[in-house]
Amino acid sequence: MDYAILMILFPLLGVVLNGFFGNRWSGKAAGILASTMIGASFVVAVMITMQLIGMDPHHRMEEIKYFTWIKVGGLNLDFGFLIDPLTTVMILVVTGISTLIHIYSIGYMHGDSRMRLFFVYLNLFVFFMLVLVLGNSYPIMFIGWEGVGLASYLLIGFWWEDQSKAEAGMKAFVVNRIGDFGMLVAMFLLFSHLGTLTFTEVFDAAAIKWGHHIGNATITAITLMLLLGATGKSAQLPLYVWLPDAMAGPTPVSALIHAATMVTAGVYMIARSNLLYMLAPTSMTVVALVGGLTAFFAATIGLKQMDIKKVLAYSTVSQLGYMVMACGIGAFGAGVFHLMTHAFFKALLFLGSGAVIHTMHGALHHVHDHHTDPQDIRNMGGLRKYIPVTFSTFFIATLAIAGIPGLSGFFSKDEILAQSFASGNMLAYGLGLAAAVITAFYMFRLVFLTFYGEYKGPEGSAEGLHESPKSMTVPLIILAFLAIVGGYVGLPIVLGENVNLFHNYMHPVFAHGQEVVHHHANHLSHATEWLLIGISVAAALVGIFLAWTIYRKQGKVALPDAAQAGIDKVLLNKYYVDELYNFIVIKPLIGICNFAWKIFDAGFIDGILVLGSAKSVRWIGGGVRRLQTGVVGNYAFMLAVGILVLLIAFLVN
Amino acid sequence: MQSFMFILLTIVTLFSALMVVTRKNPVASILYLVLVFFCFAGFYVMLGAQFLAAIQIIVYAGAIMVLFLFVVMLLNLRDMDNVEGKPNAWQNLGIFAGIGMGLVILAYLSGSPGMSIAPVGNNPEVYAMGSAKYLGKALFMDFVLPFEIAGVLLLAAVVGAVALAKKKRA
Amino acid sequence: MMEITLSHYLLLSAVIFTIGVVGVLTRRNILIIMMSVELMLNSANLTLIAFSHYLQNIDGMIFVFFTMTVAAAEVGVGLAIVMTIFRNKETLDVANLNILRN
Repeated sequence: MDYAILMILFPLLGVVLNGFFGNRWSGKAAGILASTMIGASFVVAVMITMQLIGMDPHHRMEEIKYFTWIKVGGLNLDFGFLIDPLTTVMILVVTGISTLIHIYSIGYMHGDSRMRLFFVYLNLFVFFMLVLVLGNSYPIMFIGWEGVGLASYLLIGFWWEDQSKAEAGMKAFVVNRIGDFGMLVAMFLLFSHLGTLTFTEVFDAAAIKWGHHIGNATITAITLMLLLGATGKSAQLPLYVWLPDAMAGPTPVSALIHAATMVTAGVYMIARSNLLYMLAPTSMTVVALVGGLTAFFAATIGLKQMDIKKVLAYSTVSQLGYMVMACGIGAFGAGVFHLMTHAFFKALLFLGSGAVIHTMHGALHHVHDHHTDPQDIRNMGGLRKYIPVTFSTFFIATLAIAGIPGLSGFFSKDEILAQSFASGNMLAYGLGLAAAVITAFYMFRLVFLTFYGEYKGPEGSAEGLHESPKSMTVPLIILAFLAIVGGYVGLPIVLGENVNLFHNYMHPVFAHGQEVVHHHANHLSHATEWLLIGISVAAALVGIFLAWTIYRKQGKVALPDAAQAGIDKVLLNKYYVDELYNFIVIKPLIGICNFAWKIFDAGFIDGILVLGSAKSVRWIGGGVRRLQTGVVGNYAFMLAVGILVLLIAFLVN
Repeated sequence: MQSFMFILLTIVTLFSALMVVTRKNPVASILYLVLVFFCFAGFYVMLGAQFLAAIQIIVYAGAIMVLFLFVVMLLNLRDMDNVEGKPNAWQNLGIFAGIGMGLVILAYLSGSPGMSIAPVGNNPEVYAMGSAKYLGKALFMDFVLPFEIAGVLLLAAVVGAVALAKKKRA
Repeated sequence: MMEITLSHYLLLSAVIFTIGVVGVLTRRNILIIMMSVELMLNSANLTLIAFSHYLQNIDGMIFVFFTMTVAAAEVGVGLAIVMTIFRNKETLDVANLNILRN
């Protein structure tokens, strides 16, 4: 499987070709080149997965070492890949969805003056993302981890001419740094206690060292620090604030980075470190709690958002909460399963919203209206008639995320809920169920306000509503197909012992951790499972019904921002979390900075150190200047004297 | 025989070296310097480095010294006063600094025991080490990269020398 | 007659090195300064070869080989600079080459 390295080399080649030579060809050509590169990676990913599936189920793991990367003291790191079922799922999702989004971007970014640069960044992102999921050790994962952060920063602030977009990029970067701090501390702790950072070695060593001291303080600290990293990257409480702002980037970026791939890195990392988490039950509880609260909390904010992309952003945060929660209750496989299905339908939702925005943009352009916000759902409505392809694919994705049986989202979400019920963590189950109701509600609110009813855009602009180009609709259709069938690899156990192919495939990855702590999956009786499925479906239907009642039957239209009051206003303002952070973190920080600037910098550093040193240098220089005769011979003499002094000094010693 | 040759060469070397730094006329210095180089070649032979001795004569005594002579010729130094003025105080001090450095180095050496050196003639293996064959093998196998880099360095020097010495077009 | 030891060679090269240093420090003619530098380089070469012989290790000789290469390059470029200086300033006296001062 040595050819796995090709997977990361193709995007890198795309970066180099487009980045250094791309000014010779058009943006469209750059897009096609970039898409081809990612397509090639996808082919490699499929080949690797096929090869892995062909192997004996118990030995489906291969570690490939390419070269020695760092060899200092006790640290011996190879640059290598770890390929196991978890990796293959990730690479398939990353390269597959990336390919579709690259193709989509050719249409979406058409006409942008920096289109080539966009594809350079996208390829760069895919490169780092693949390094992240393929790496065989924490530091290599960390390279990818930081690299995708960089790519994310570059792409959020892609339209940096707009101050707020540039700031959103910075916010994402800074908030992620807090998480990265956790990652680093976790790595330091791992290294100082286990002396290695390679995944396989870490897990073996940890199992030996802490296998009989489950819940040991050190391993709890390590896993909590890893969780801090995950909360940053995967936008969990309390570090989720950057993700909604990250919607300032171009929509394909939101779909690829901030919905389908990068933000799942935290979930991947927790799933990868499942053994460590199994050794720390306290951390597991915290993970479940963080995930559950995030799922619920973000969903409630999603209820009142007016920007089509913001709704999806909070929905992403909420769904990521589900995944984290699944990891927290020990259902790592279910978490990764949801990660995969979510990647399909959320990428589809974002690309659909991109198509809607693209359409709205065209319509507003048609009447030369540059003030109306093309992303505000209060300006949409009735779009179903104008853009049927976008509508139908968007609707499929909405059904999937709401958890309607038969679509991918149902299977994964139901598995998480069932597992959390089985684990006995009723708080997690309750939060998950509540979030499911709310999710169904706000998603259908979005659909009803956007695609149904009367068109509410500026007068005359309806004639400018057109379906998006083929390069945008074809990826939508493919993703819609995946959003429907993607769940059938993981059917509920209740339908038969071996129907959950996904679970069986992933099992070896998590088996080791479960053996170490003698964990046994809690099995539910068939009746209970059917009941749980029924409750999930009912939850979804309740949400849809409420949305239908309010937004279709009563025809309620969302009010302007200023007219909102009470709890609506709190939700619209996202619980004032940004304001809270602003008050408790940023304000004091600015105060400290002001002090540092006025007193310390201006007074001490500038006054005494900078000017003082300049003055003293000037004074001393005036005296020493005489030594500089400018005659080479004199310098040679000084040199000789200097050497003489050194020689004597050594001799005396 | 060995020690006799050594003493003879040492006397000639020291005398010529002193002459190099004391002659007023550069041409005289150059000629003395050639003599020093020849003596050095003699030492190299005594130390079993025949190939390097040959190189010493060809490169130093041949090429480099001819270069010096050519420059002196090209510069057309008629008026020596224009070339070098009277030494100033710094330069007189330089004598002490230099000699001081030499004394310190001698002080270092004075502590070392008399480590004997195998005479070259008696030992065929030692003799072989300095041969072109042996050196060539080492150069082209173990040190091939530095060797190539040295080639590039020489090329750069050639280009640099031409660029510097070329008369500027007015 | 006495036996010639490594120390003899080191002593000799130390003396020649010193003569070179004195030459560099006391003379003002660039050409002679350069010749003195050559003396210093050669004395270092002698040390290297003496040690190479003493230790029966060829590395010292290889090093001398490279020193010679570098010295040749140095002289080539150095003399070209001397030519340029003389052409511009009509002097070879380093004491007169003090434009760095201003």
